[in-house]
Amino acid sequence: MAALHLSNISKKFAEVLAVEDLSLEVADGEFVVLLGPSGCGKTTTLRMIAGFIESTAGTVRIGARDVTHDPPYRRNVGFVFQNYALFPHLTVAENVAFGLRRRRRPEREISEGVARALALVKLEGFEARMPRQLSGGQQQRVAIARALVIAPDVLLLDEPLSNLDAKLRRDVRSELRRLQQLSGITTVMVTHDQDEAMSIADRLVVMNHGRVQQIGVPQALYRHPANRFVAGFIGRGNFLAGTPGTDERSFVTRGGLAIVCARIDPGADTLLIRPENIAVCARQVAAVNCFAAVIEAAVFQGSAFDLDLRLSTGELLEAQVAAGPGAADWTVGQVVTAEIDPDAAVGIASTS
Amino acid sequence: MVRGRAFGERLGRLAFAGTVGLALTIILAPLVLVVWLSFFTNEILSLPPEGYSLRWYGALVGQRQFVSGFQLSAVVALAATAAGLLVTLPAAFALSRGDLPGREAILHGLMSPLVVPALVVGAGLYLALIEFEVDTGLPVTGTVFGFAAGHVLLTIPWSLRLLTANLAGVDPAIEDAALSLGATPVVTALKVTLPLIWPGVVAAALFSFVVSFGNIEVSLFLVQPGQTTLPIAILQYLEWKVDPTVAAVSALQIALVAAALLITDRFVSLAKAV
Repeated sequence: MAALHLSNISKKFAEVLAVEDLSLEVADGEFVVLLGPSGCGKTTTLRMIAGFIESTAGTVRIGARDVTHDPPYRRNVGFVFQNYALFPHLTVAENVAFGLRRRRRPEREISEGVARALALVKLEGFEARMPRQLSGGQQQRVAIARALVIAPDVLLLDEPLSNLDAKLRRDVRSELRRLQQLSGITTVMVTHDQDEAMSIADRLVVMNHGRVQQIGVPQALYRHPANRFVAGFIGRGNFLAGTPGTDERSFVTRGGLAIVCARIDPGADTLLIRPENIAVCARQVAAVNCFAAVIEAAVFQGSAFDLDLRLSTGELLEAQVAAGPGAADWTVGQVVTAEIDPDAAVGIASTS
Repeated sequence: MVRGRAFGERLGRLAFAGTVGLALTIILAPLVLVVWLSFFTNEILSLPPEGYSLRWYGALVGQRQFVSGFQLSAVVALAATAAGLLVTLPAAFALSRGDLPGREAILHGLMSPLVVPALVVGAGLYLALIEFEVDTGLPVTGTVFGFAAGHVLLTIPWSLRLLTANLAGVDPAIEDAALSLGATPVVTALKVTLPLIWPGVVAAALFSFVVSFGNIEVSLFLVQPGQTTLPIAILQYLEWKVDPTVAAVSALQIALVAAALLITDRFVSLAKAV
């Protein structure tokens, strides 16, 4: 196990820059998720760490080793593929043993290692099965066992959950997290699913167009996104165009509303308000950040109501309010007051 | 409406079954006919047969040219198959895995013996081998080596097509997985890729063997006096006589190939590879 250091790595395919000047430090035992839309360069980055493709610039270091120009078979990394990529002609046990055999471990050590790895992913008794006789979730667990058994310095996961159905995905997700914490292995995972990323990662790296947009813990990225892209990619939000007010504490929307907010970034041209940070009440209230609004849509979600609120300036706010048994019901056309939590509104730049 | 559709579907199925049946008949009729003829008693082929016997099969043993022809054909076909695979396996890997510049051109070049008439290949080879003999003093025309060298040209296109098609069917992620687990590219090829394309390798070997075994156009240029392959022996026999002997030889050849196919299919599913 070791820390992973990516320093200014880039990858150019023909004339296209797939990854541009990416730097990332992953601490020993940390779980980092690369998150972004397809084509953002996250998988290319992961494949550069694995050595399947060589970076055109920059260095990759695992612990103290510079592996930038090492082929994958000398890097000692575990890789789990989106489509599992089990060896279809080998049994479950031989799939898991493959890496140990390449390392020429004694037969006893191999069988012990295989047994331990299969126990770890709860697949005891499946040793003699062929991969095609397993369900998708089981195949994925074999793939994880196969990658972990070689005691890799870094574990790399390429969209490991995207081929599983929704129910199974949750199970395997928590299973992955459990295994990662149990083994304390430095892990980098790639996904385009922000829920998955938020629930599993110590830190997130949001990427777009081959560039890192922001690196941070999930809470920081959710509450203080660096730009409009990050804000839109992680969670839902209202984005009101405008300019910072003169008092440096408020943001004036294009419609003319002055909204008091917690933070305004330099060059801010957009105010981000998450739907759950808007309170709604049926009375008229005259206070800071309270605005009269008409409900244009009300969707009951069980635990919450999703409301579309039209402000007097014509601007639209999406709000999510609790819908407990004691809470009010909302109807379309109702006139209400929307109160924006000043601590939760942030002025951000649309690009950075 | 529903009845109409059901009727249409039935008509479609019937047409499909009819077409398949017709195609099978056209393909199999000559084979069946040859095997049938080989059991006729009468020497002059005529219908209906006077009776059935195994006399033509018995007579074969006395025909030296068929026995030695069969031997030479078999040895040459085996050699050409082995040599062909030795060439095409690495070539197929290089063409479908490496990023060779001009890989399309190379592939087409290696397929070209299919385009050139076999007679032209044979004549060209003959001239080349003679030149080679004159320059080096080594006897090659009429040797198994000379035959195999010529026949390899015929097996390469078949072998290469089958192998590249099978390689294209292997998920690159599986090879990447092997690499990440510590297998070098060579070990990956031997332990992972080769087992996965094994049906294709077997099919390539079978095709190569059959193509070489049945070839006459190239062989005609390469034989020496007194030497003969089975197809040449058959041709020469037919120049003088048309009796069921040739049918018996052919029936044996059909049986041999059919047996090879059936046995192979028990071990690897050929339907998957071809």
